[in-house]
Amino acid sequence: MTGHLHKDDFGAKLGMWLFLFTELLLFGGLFLLYAVYLKRYPHEFAAGGTQLNWIMGTANTAILLTSSLSAAMAVTAVQRGELKRTVALLGGTVLCAACFMVIKYFEWSAKIGHGIYPGSEHLKAGAPGESVFFSLYYISTGIHGLHVMIGAALLTWIGVKVRSGEVNADNYILLENGALYWHLVDLIWIFIFPLYYLVL
Amino acid sequence: MASNAPVHHATGSSFWNDTGKTGITSWIFSTDHKRIGFLYFYSTFGFFLVGVLLGLLLRIELMAPGRTIMGPQTYNALFTVHGVVMIFLFIIPGIPGAFGNLVMPIQIGARDVAFPRLNLLSWWLYIIGAVIVLTSLFSGGGAPDTGWTFYVPFSSRTGTNVSLAVFGVFIVGFSSILTGVNFVTTIHRLRTEGMSWGRIPLFTWSLYATAWVQILATPILAITLVLVMAERIIGAGLFDPTRGGDPVMYQHLFWIYSHPAVYIMILPAMGIISDIIPVFSRKPIFGYKMIAFSSVAIAAAGSLVWGHHMFTSGMSDTAVMVFSFLTFVVAIPSAIKVFNWVSTLYKGSISLEAPMLFALSFILLFSIGGLSGLILGAAATDIHVHDTHFVVGHFHYVMFGGTAFAFFAAMHYWLPKFYGRRYAEKPAVVAWALMFSGFNILYFTMQVLGMQGMPRRYYDYLPEFANLNLVATIGSWILAAGLVIMLVNLFRGLWWGVPFEGNPWGGASLEWSVPTPPPTENFIEEPVVTHGPYDFNGVER
Repeated sequence: MTGHLHKDDFGAKLGMWLFLFTELLLFGGLFLLYAVYLKRYPHEFAAGGTQLNWIMGTANTAILLTSSLSAAMAVTAVQRGELKRTVALLGGTVLCAACFMVIKYFEWSAKIGHGIYPGSEHLKAGAPGESVFFSLYYISTGIHGLHVMIGAALLTWIGVKVRSGEVNADNYILLENGALYWHLVDLIWIFIFPLYYLVL
Repeated sequence: MASNAPVHHATGSSFWNDTGKTGITSWIFSTDHKRIGFLYFYSTFGFFLVGVLLGLLLRIELMAPGRTIMGPQTYNALFTVHGVVMIFLFIIPGIPGAFGNLVMPIQIGARDVAFPRLNLLSWWLYIIGAVIVLTSLFSGGGAPDTGWTFYVPFSSRTGTNVSLAVFGVFIVGFSSILTGVNFVTTIHRLRTEGMSWGRIPLFTWSLYATAWVQILATPILAITLVLVMAERIIGAGLFDPTRGGDPVMYQHLFWIYSHPAVYIMILPAMGIISDIIPVFSRKPIFGYKMIAFSSVAIAAAGSLVWGHHMFTSGMSDTAVMVFSFLTFVVAIPSAIKVFNWVSTLYKGSISLEAPMLFALSFILLFSIGGLSGLILGAAATDIHVHDTHFVVGHFHYVMFGGTAFAFFAAMHYWLPKFYGRRYAEKPAVVAWALMFSGFNILYFTMQVLGMQGMPRRYYDYLPEFANLNLVATIGSWILAAGLVIMLVNLFRGLWWGVPFEGNPWGGASLEWSVPTPPPTENFIEEPVVTHGPYDFNGVER
């Protein structure tokens, strides 16, 4: 239908940045709620923060930072035409994503096991601010986790394209944009981590 | 041209037939911006007609006090669905999706938008969201009855199908974001040689400002709707005071999107008017730079005024004053536009054809709507008319009298270009006159009713409001009659009417330089722009 194949890498990257902007704003709404409720319930938020497992949180932070490094290296590798290394590095990123989700799973199930989840009897009986803190925690980390999974799926798909040679040293905008998305997922976690785990 | 040939292509080869593909799939999987524009046009306009029908039913119910044709629960559901359909399925995607897609790439000399496949995805997301919204009406607990604003605590407690409806709106919002991303990138990257920022037609300028609002505001709606679902499904309690939440925070989040959203609705409409007025006045637009600038200024300032929806919600007095002040600030760029349009008319050689009549009535109706908006924006007067029919009247003056009239203007102005056939002029003028009169009878009466104290969204009312309500309902019938005449005349003309060739309006922007109807990829050779969009020297009519 459209006979010409218009190629504009700068335009593609501009579009991606605009999209990332919308993602930041999506979480911005949650950060806004966090700010208002933190002002209202500083003690309950501090108490809630101490109940989160900061070791697991720190581990996940380290894992995500490593995954971002590996994604950035994958972009450099593809620019140099080292396609095998690109695939391996992308595999590393996806592996980190999987580790992140596993740790998240243990964190959530431990909390739920203690009766701490939105709408639970335990939270209903406790201070109101605590319920707000944990609801925000679950929604923020939940939506972030969803982004981790989407990002991992995206990078896997791109990895397949690198393998088939469709993404290569002359045409790697897809990988660049995928890596940008991944950095965003990482960046949002960098905000979530201190706000919830280190709030004390 | 055989005058009985069904639909399209009056002359030779055009985007209707030059790809050699036919059938439904050549449309619903097309990446051509014109075909996608028509997909948007027919789907959004279809929803507009659905919304109109619901509105007419509401007016019949309100014709007399007490029960007229429906029970209170049906009434609540109807005004909710009327609002949701009109706002999320017609006004927000309407002009950018339909006319933005049809016209904008040609106006800047591009062969398509920057991301044609993303463009198609946007339409699909829109349709999927719309189907989900429609499903919510007939499944689960029945059609939502919260009003289109989905205010908590009612929206988190009502047994109706709110979760599914807000999920549908969430998907439609995604579509809106992608259109915004696409248009900003297109306007930055795909302008042809010589198309400097100072030569972009004002319709495209307005789409540019709109696209930024779509990008910056819609994500907040998305998260707000997710939170409504979280309230309902997992009992998050973030807006529930018994659990430490605050319902006013919902209102903040909702209006942080939904006030800028009214500029998503009105800015492209203003762009249409800015393009039509100079063409039918045979005069360059007055104050091109200020009109372009004011679009951006409205987009920026309009993002900071959401609190004026909440003067009675229990905000601090300081917040009320700040939001009230900012609201008055937005009136300045809006007024700049109105004055510039009127100055363009001054000493122009005005020809009162259908697109121009709709455009002129836009100026009047938008001005009435805008000024009544200031009554609502001033805290003291707002307390008196808050949540009354005055608000309903105001809103319809700007949204129907503004955006929808501009949409009609665009239908008469641009659609003949894409069909290569035109409508008959006289019935179009009659239809316009009926709609204009019916409109004012309907909505001006509403504003008076509101001043007298009739609340909005009430199923029943006191007997002293009966006469004016009857008048308003009669106005709605006149409006509907005009609408029917307009539609019959317009589509009969577009499908079977006399050929529309060359540049009969005498427009100077690029869309009038391409063949009628335009071919796929629009330009036979890459255009080079050497003059502004309203430089009519040498343009024959």
